[in-house]
Amino acid sequence: MKRRDFVKKTTLSSFTALIGAEIVFGFNMLEGYNPLALEEPDPFKMFHKNKEMVLLNDKPWNMEAQAHLLDDKITPNSVMFIRNNGLIPEGIDPLSWTLTIDGASVVKEKTYTLTELKSKFKQHTYQLTLECGGNGRSEFNPPAKGNQWTIGAVHCASWTGVRLRDVLEDAGIRNDAVYIGYYAADVHLSGAPNKEPISRGVPILKSLQDETLIAFKMNGKDIPLVHGYPLRLVAGGWPASVSGKWINRISIRNKIHDGAKMTGKAYRVPCDPVAPGEKVKDEDMCIIESMPVKSLITYPKSGAIIKEGASLNIRGHAWAGELEVTKMEYSIDFGSTWKECSIEKPANRLAWQHFSGWVEFPKKGYYEVWARATDTQGITQPMVVPGWNPKGYLNNACHRIAIKVS
Amino acid sequence: MNKGEEFKKSVKILYHLMMAGFCLFIMVGVLMTYYVFDPNFSAFKNHTETTTLLKEVDENIIENGIHLRTGFVYAEGLMTVINNCTNCHSAKLVIQNRMSKEHWNETIRWMQETQKLWDLGLNQEIIVNYLVTNYPVEDTGRRENLTNILWYDLEN
Repeated sequence: MKRRDFVKKTTLSSFTALIGAEIVFGFNMLEGYNPLALEEPDPFKMFHKNKEMVLLNDKPWNMEAQAHLLDDKITPNSVMFIRNNGLIPEGIDPLSWTLTIDGASVVKEKTYTLTELKSKFKQHTYQLTLECGGNGRSEFNPPAKGNQWTIGAVHCASWTGVRLRDVLEDAGIRNDAVYIGYYAADVHLSGAPNKEPISRGVPILKSLQDETLIAFKMNGKDIPLVHGYPLRLVAGGWPASVSGKWINRISIRNKIHDGAKMTGKAYRVPCDPVAPGEKVKDEDMCIIESMPVKSLITYPKSGAIIKEGASLNIRGHAWAGELEVTKMEYSIDFGSTWKECSIEKPANRLAWQHFSGWVEFPKKGYYEVWARATDTQGITQPMVVPGWNPKGYLNNACHRIAIKVS
Repeated sequence: MNKGEEFKKSVKILYHLMMAGFCLFIMVGVLMTYYVFDPNFSAFKNHTETTTLLKEVDENIIENGIHLRTGFVYAEGLMTVINNCTNCHSAKLVIQNRMSKEHWNETIRWMQETQKLWDLGLNQEIIVNYLVTNYPVEDTGRRENLTNILWYDLEN
């Protein structure tokens, strides 16, 4: 009762503080006040997500997978992470939805309906790895600000759409084009209509790649609302924030795009390495482009107890941003020795690759199976958390699972 | 005092005692019957006050030191934090983070410059103190031990 009274009094006094005057009959004011928390829908049902997904944030929606959930070669919607910056747009009408190509470096501004996009341009399907730039942020020390992703902000679904290049070329690209920037229909958290939650982009060269799509299908169906229905820009291998959801405009810019979350410290790391916790000026931060080499053990789930003498099948995926993974290794002795295991070629460029192996354990006890991938440039995942940066991006440290042999 | 008067007096006392007993019996009976229909005796309480309390409790239940609706730790400054920090984004975003005083102040400044957060005035100190006290930064080193492992038998 004392706590209730205390909370009640503080609630009232803070309302009072907000309004700047004492609220007469304040004790009766809360009557009929309907707590929003009780009306909130279940995000797992609403977005058709696996119950084992981890909800990090509900305004905006942010949800990540656990390693063992990502075992499928093509990630199904049920285990795809959600990273939203603003509020999901409401009342989307696919019949009236349009995409406009404009900007200082467009030859002729053009607007397309969804039907026009689908009929006018050739359609392509690619499996594309999208990883949140902040995946692994939770491990940085000192901690970095933002959603504390562990390992589950990555997926590799199959996307169908038209090439961004074909659409850009239809409108015409001037010689001075440097960057493209997307604009979308989501709403800023503050509700301000003139503020955009996120508006990012890529250099013109990335926009012209075969695999950079304006997608309208994911895994053969309409893109789920939370993942960008009806149109999403998909640029595999780069921070997933580049793959804008609910897009309705793409500008061909004659300078580096300066939309929301392109500037300041957003999706940027120090141009030169810094000590943990060091202050970095905005002008010393550089935009993240290709994501680094990384891998994930998706089978077995961490915590498996096996019988002495039994060998253990492990498998998972590896990816390397713009590059390919050429070597996959595992260690059961904290990196003292490494054994190579098999790695498949990607389904297409920018798709993750699958590895598998059989692990033997010399005797009973506690083990950790660590996995590490190496890319075409000979760069290998670090065992410790890599270079600290103010916003906690690009943690590609080795993934590991716990195993007990009894 | 003669015997007659003494007898009369005794009868009078007995009568009073019986009447008192009867009244008590009736009263207890009424109370018990009432109790069957309204065990909380709510009809005798201030109605407005009761419903207000119930509604308010829904909003701000504290269980095991946690404000259930938001998940925030129950401590000094809680309501100031709720009222200023959960309008735009979820409390979940705050709870996930661990920052120093300086870093929180910098974050607040960033929210004011780019995210339409209002001037917090004297509340800023209350908020930042609440955050650094209840969600302190811990040194986690360069790589932590695996924790919260759920062991299970794996048959190959």
